[in-house]
Amino acid sequence: MSNFLNDALAEGSIALRQSVTSWQGSFEIAGELLVQSNRAKSSYTTAMIEVFHELGPYMVIAPGVALAHAKPADHVISPGLSLLTLSEGVTFGVERFDPVRIVFGMTAIEHDDHINLLAALGEFLMDEVKVNTLLELTDVSAVRALFS
Amino acid sequence: MKIIAVCGMGLGTSVLLKMNTEKVLTLLAVPAEVQAADITSAKREGHVADIIMTTPELVFQLENLPGKIVAIDHVFDLVEIREKLSGALRELGKL
Repeated sequence: MSNFLNDALAEGSIALRQSVTSWQGSFEIAGELLVQSNRAKSSYTTAMIEVFHELGPYMVIAPGVALAHAKPADHVISPGLSLLTLSEGVTFGVERFDPVRIVFGMTAIEHDDHINLLAALGEFLMDEVKVNTLLELTDVSAVRALFS
Repeated sequence: MKIIAVCGMGLGTSVLLKMNTEKVLTLLAVPAEVQAADITSAKREGHVADIIMTTPELVFQLENLPGKIVAIDHVFDLVEIREKLSGALRELGKL
């Protein structure tokens, strides 16, 4: 699977088994993790939330998994990911994939510069055993080992 | 033939959809150019696409465009993509 995922997840970009009550709460944490890991400015979080309001929950890409992002505009510092796992799932309004328990925040600049990362992410998400393992992990180093 | 894969920003879902659409096209041995696009530029450039791949949540935004819309529930599901894309290609006489 290579290290695309671990490379994209900078230090401070992962929070595990958090508790939120809404999709918005999950975007706020996923966005804050991008700020904390120096990928985006805090305005990016607001931009991600606006995308949901404007276009709906299309960013739920697999059972229980959302990929939150917005247009880079002036908000993005560098391309990367954040990862949030939730102890309890929240409803995004996509019947076939709810409840969501994993939210990736993503900063991207061009659509061609992160194809390897998205391919690695896709490969990971297709592995049900690994995804279920991820949901139980409480330790960031164990997450990194799972991705490597 | 030209296919566009559309999502809100043209950076996440559509790129995944493009990658998996390309895999299916290889399996079907159908030559086509697949491009990821955001919804705003898709509305602008949609007229040049024969097929528009997207997710069900975004279909209503694209309905006025010429080009056959293929809504994919699960962008990682190659079986679903193959089934729906084959149907569209047959209708267009490309398969």
